[in-house]
Amino acid sequence: MINLKTLVVLAVVVITSASTAAFGDDFDSAVNELNTRSFDDKLEAASRLATMDHERVDVVLQALIDGKLYKKKGDDTVVVVVSLEGGGYQLTDAASGEDLGKVGRRGAKKISVNNKLRRQLKGLFASRQLNVDDPDARIAAVQAIINAGDVSLREILLERREVEPVEDVQDAIDVAIVVFDLDSKDQAIKLAAIKASAYNLDSNVRVKLTAIVSDQSLDQQLRDAAISSLANIEELVERYQWIETLFFGLSLGSILVLAAIGLSITFGVMGVINMAHGELIMLGAYTTYVVQTLFPYALEYSLLIAIPAAFIVSGLVGIAIERGVIRFLYGRPLETLLATFGVSLILQQAVRSIFSPLNRAVATPEWMSGSLEIVQGLSITYNRLYIFFFALLVFAALLTILQRTRLGLEVRAVTQNRAMAQAMGIRNTRVDILTFGLGAGIAGVAGVALSQLTNVGPNLGQGYIVDSFMVVVFGGVGNLWGTLVAGLSLGVVNKVLEPAAGAVVAKILVLIFIILFIQKRPRGLFPQKGRAVES
Amino acid sequence: MLTQMMLQRLMDHDRGGWVFLAVLLAIGILVPVANLLVPADSFFHIPTYTVTLLGKYLCYALLAISLDLVWGYCGILSLGHGAFFALGGYAMGMYLMRQIGTRGVYGDPELPDFMVFLNWDSLPWYWYGFDQFWFAALMVMIVPGVLAFLFGWLAFRSRVSGVYLSIMTQALTYALMLAFFRNELGFGGNNGLTDFKDILGASLQSDVTRVVLFVCSVVALALGYLVCRFIVTSKLGRVVTAVRDAEARTRFIGYRVEHYQVWIFTVSAVIAGIAGALYVPQVGIINPSEFQPLNSIELVVWVALGGRATLYGAALGAGLVNYIKTVLTGALPEVWLFVLGALFVIVTVALPRGVIGIWRQLRMRGNHG
Amino acid sequence: MVRQLIRVCAVVVLSFSASWAAADTIKVGVLHSLSGTMAISETTLKDTILMMVEEQNAAGGLLGKKLEAVVVDPASNWPLFAEKARELIEKEKVDVVFGCWTSVSRKSVLPVFEELNSLLFYPVQYEGEESSKNVFYTGAAPNQQAIPAVDYLMNEIGAERWVLAGTDYVYPRTTNKILEAYLKAKGVADKDIMINYTPFGHADWQSIVADIKKFGSAGKKTAVVSTINGDANVPFYKELGNQGLSAEDIPVIAFSVGEEELSGIDTGPLVGHLAAWNYFMSVDADVNDDFIDSWLAFIDDEDRVTNDPMEAHYIGFKMWVEAVKKAGTTDSSAVQDAIIGVAVPNLSGGLATMMPNHHITKPVLIGEIQDDGQFDTVWQTPGTVPGDAWSDFLPGSMDITADWQAPLSCGNYNVKSGACSGQNYE
Repeated sequence: MINLKTLVVLAVVVITSASTAAFGDDFDSAVNELNTRSFDDKLEAASRLATMDHERVDVVLQALIDGKLYKKKGDDTVVVVVSLEGGGYQLTDAASGEDLGKVGRRGAKKISVNNKLRRQLKGLFASRQLNVDDPDARIAAVQAIINAGDVSLREILLERREVEPVEDVQDAIDVAIVVFDLDSKDQAIKLAAIKASAYNLDSNVRVKLTAIVSDQSLDQQLRDAAISSLANIEELVERYQWIETLFFGLSLGSILVLAAIGLSITFGVMGVINMAHGELIMLGAYTTYVVQTLFPYALEYSLLIAIPAAFIVSGLVGIAIERGVIRFLYGRPLETLLATFGVSLILQQAVRSIFSPLNRAVATPEWMSGSLEIVQGLSITYNRLYIFFFALLVFAALLTILQRTRLGLEVRAVTQNRAMAQAMGIRNTRVDILTFGLGAGIAGVAGVALSQLTNVGPNLGQGYIVDSFMVVVFGGVGNLWGTLVAGLSLGVVNKVLEPAAGAVVAKILVLIFIILFIQKRPRGLFPQKGRAVES
Repeated sequence: MLTQMMLQRLMDHDRGGWVFLAVLLAIGILVPVANLLVPADSFFHIPTYTVTLLGKYLCYALLAISLDLVWGYCGILSLGHGAFFALGGYAMGMYLMRQIGTRGVYGDPELPDFMVFLNWDSLPWYWYGFDQFWFAALMVMIVPGVLAFLFGWLAFRSRVSGVYLSIMTQALTYALMLAFFRNELGFGGNNGLTDFKDILGASLQSDVTRVVLFVCSVVALALGYLVCRFIVTSKLGRVVTAVRDAEARTRFIGYRVEHYQVWIFTVSAVIAGIAGALYVPQVGIINPSEFQPLNSIELVVWVALGGRATLYGAALGAGLVNYIKTVLTGALPEVWLFVLGALFVIVTVALPRGVIGIWRQLRMRGNHG
Repeated sequence: MVRQLIRVCAVVVLSFSASWAAADTIKVGVLHSLSGTMAISETTLKDTILMMVEEQNAAGGLLGKKLEAVVVDPASNWPLFAEKARELIEKEKVDVVFGCWTSVSRKSVLPVFEELNSLLFYPVQYEGEESSKNVFYTGAAPNQQAIPAVDYLMNEIGAERWVLAGTDYVYPRTTNKILEAYLKAKGVADKDIMINYTPFGHADWQSIVADIKKFGSAGKKTAVVSTINGDANVPFYKELGNQGLSAEDIPVIAFSVGEEELSGIDTGPLVGHLAAWNYFMSVDADVNDDFIDSWLAFIDDEDRVTNDPMEAHYIGFKMWVEAVKKAGTTDSSAVQDAIIGVAVPNLSGGLATMMPNHHITKPVLIGEIQDDGQFDTVWQTPGTVPGDAWSDFLPGSMDITADWQAPLSCGNYNVKSGACSGQNYE
């Protein structure tokens, strides 16, 4: 008995080791076959790899997807590379994992992957990820399998469904199987799948349903079911679209508010027409870039560092402008426009000389990329969501400063009556410096937010200056609430008009609306009251 | 009696005005002679490049004078005067476009190239009449005039003033810029109108035409100056100045302030339109970037730099800034924005009366000493 | 008083007309914006020409003389382009000009070059529909970029629905018109083509990207053909990435996004999106490696990239040098005659030849964006494609051809009517 048992164990061991050896050869040759020009051959080799149990399969597939799989020049070894600082690569043999040292920029050539192949590879890779411990990773893998659309993976999904313990993952797999079943040859399965996907907003489902509807060769019953499912989906999409448009508008509005709110202080409270406001925003954006360059390893926190840094940089430049130029011009508001226009030219060219005229790449931290899926088919991008709340936060902070602090009290006093304020012992000069510094600093903070949405280049500021003035004037000069309401409402109006009229016409209409509105209410939405207004 | 009075008023210039007119007369004669009659290898020959350049400065100067009329004397800071300039330019450009006729790229006798290109099958109605010079010339004045009248009528009646008005004029030119960028509007979109061949039958590439255009610009500038001068020294001009200095008080005395403002604003826009119309055939292109808000702001800076409320100061400022720009963009391309920016700052902070102000101060000091 | 005035005038006039007599150098004009909105793209081209001039001088100059670059700044201002062109030719007496980026700047200077019979090398891909005696178009014509790109998407990716998104100006308008005609000829239905135009510097792409997403989820494989220009690209791609449109779902192929534009973007989320050009920095050729090395050395910055318009200037400069050597003079007319048929190496290992229509032959490359800001070539034409000045897909220009050789010597010759039109000179 014992003998027999030992024999069986022995046999199993022998067979396993033999098959491992065979697998090993097979693995090496599959890896080598990845090095071919034809994308189809690459897929074939990768598919073989995906079924193997070798420990380096995941590494190789991942490297191929990430574009890190190269061939070494000279002997054509397939290698995994790590780019080195200052050009060149660190090479690792793809099959064995052996360190092959460093080569220069020309020492290795990439094994290229195109979109189609990458999508299929992601599916293959995902099929190997179905058994990982993290349920979220499993759901992501299921989604990748749906996207890859590789029917051969359906069986793997079914197998996993049997043993899957987590309910969310089970649901995801069920949906995926329904999507695969839409392609089924079996009428009954197909019909059930069509009916099951009536409220499924996954774009793959819509693609398949539309294909079914337009396929004349199919049974009428199937096509009718597909039509009604599609109609349900369309209705749902329509409904979400309104919510989406509203959010788009609020997001655009919050950007306008951020850009304008600093101006609302310097322009509204101090009466300075600061044409360099846009450039102060630009400085904030460049500060973000500098922070990211200085701390390349703290990318996730770079924005948190950049916000105070930008506030200080722009604030100090603002104070320099106030001390150097504007203080000579109090009481001549229109001339501050000319002088600050000159300053804006200087700042632009300075940035161009220091950072080159090229745009700078500002990276988006992980927590700000992608979008938040509220329900399927309705998602909101994280960066805009954060910026929206950030705008509200900045607004609240400013409001608190102006309403609740000593500085705010003094600022309001100086705004209402300069001479009287001075007579009461308020040091006008100090208030001027701090107010302008505050307005400029807020512009810098706005720049940090904008760096996440648009180009960081010397012309960044110019794009926002005209809009900012419109928002402040529309809201009523000197009124923070006015700026908030004006910014958000202009944003929403713009976005509501945009689908029908197009981006340009929507903007023109908004401008015309502002012009006419000002005729009706010459001092904006929330006019400032008091004698100071007339002077 | 009346004519005598008018003549007297026109002659009644201050010293600066005389010098200005004399300079205009001098370059109006010297430049054509030096370009056409003096042989090309002579030391005194002026190349055509310089003639068109000077012609461009003259158009800018006329534009600056028109702004000085509303800003210097009326207190209305328009940040959208470039729009009137560009509209005048477009009216002229449309005439020049129609003159191309079958010599266009696609040889269509009716449609400009860009319309053939965008598959337009017929001329839009607002292009009708622009094949006639007189019509285009009329439109050069009417289009900016009517727009200014409408805008002014709305704005001044509801007493939009100061900073609000400035920002509204900026919105106006910004909206026009966006509109003209649109290809659907039928004005050539971003490329604008270009590739002009001839004006009134004379080739735009000949030196004689260029000199004639140059002389026209000189004459227009002189006339523009005289008209503005006439307005500001008239009773109307005095009322307007009163409005600038104390709007409420003037209103209480019984003047309909807004009527005066609308009137001056409209005249100024017409002059700006004429400047644009002369500018286009000399530079050979008109496109929506002329509507850029920044251009209009730069224009304000010219006037401030030359000296507000003197008219000739505005012209001087326009010439000066653009000359510096020409020299620096050629000689020191990387630093010209620094210099230009610094110039603006220094002038506004240190020379509130502009360059003319220095001259006056020097003279006053001389008189005292 | 009057005498004083005249003296002042004379001084002004003199300072204007002062022009340097042509010394013992050959002057090369550089007409690229160094400030304003276009500086971002054009500054690099200025540096490229300066490098080429330096290299040529190191190699002994041309016709026994040294080359001298004359740089001016037209400041992204279109009328100023015309003025500066005149300054270069008339005042500085340059023999050739390398310059312009936008179509409108080229249109603005065109009459000046034709009037003064000088030479302009224009290095950017453009809409075609033009062939001037005085301009050499070293960038791609639509048939050297757009059509092969669409073929690739159709055949390799299987795209059936098309979004043609562009900035509202003449290049995207023309390209999209050509593509629309081409797609319809290939049997694509009207409802499967969505055309969208946005203004320059458009920054808020939320609605449009959402529209594209919606358009793309309606059944068939969708691809976006982007002629979005310059600054608007960064917010566009950022929005694409954030709204989760990956290249595998809806690939975007761009005609105006090159290495330099990408250097201002975090390309992580963009991997797999495409671009069609005639050159990529990643092209595997020795001549390209040499060019990159000398560029990095010249600009003294290891992080700089090379791009397609730089290659166009490289080719244009080499062609001009060859033509001058062939003609034995820098005289414009002689060079115009000599340059046709001149072939010089391009940077992707082939040859570029100047065609009689003043366009050149180029290979077409399709590349996918990588996360290091480079492109990876996934497809390329087997040989080179000659540039077609007048598109065969537009009704207005189907019958027009350009040939600057005798006996035709016309850039706008209608083969049906036999007329040569649209010329500015006798």
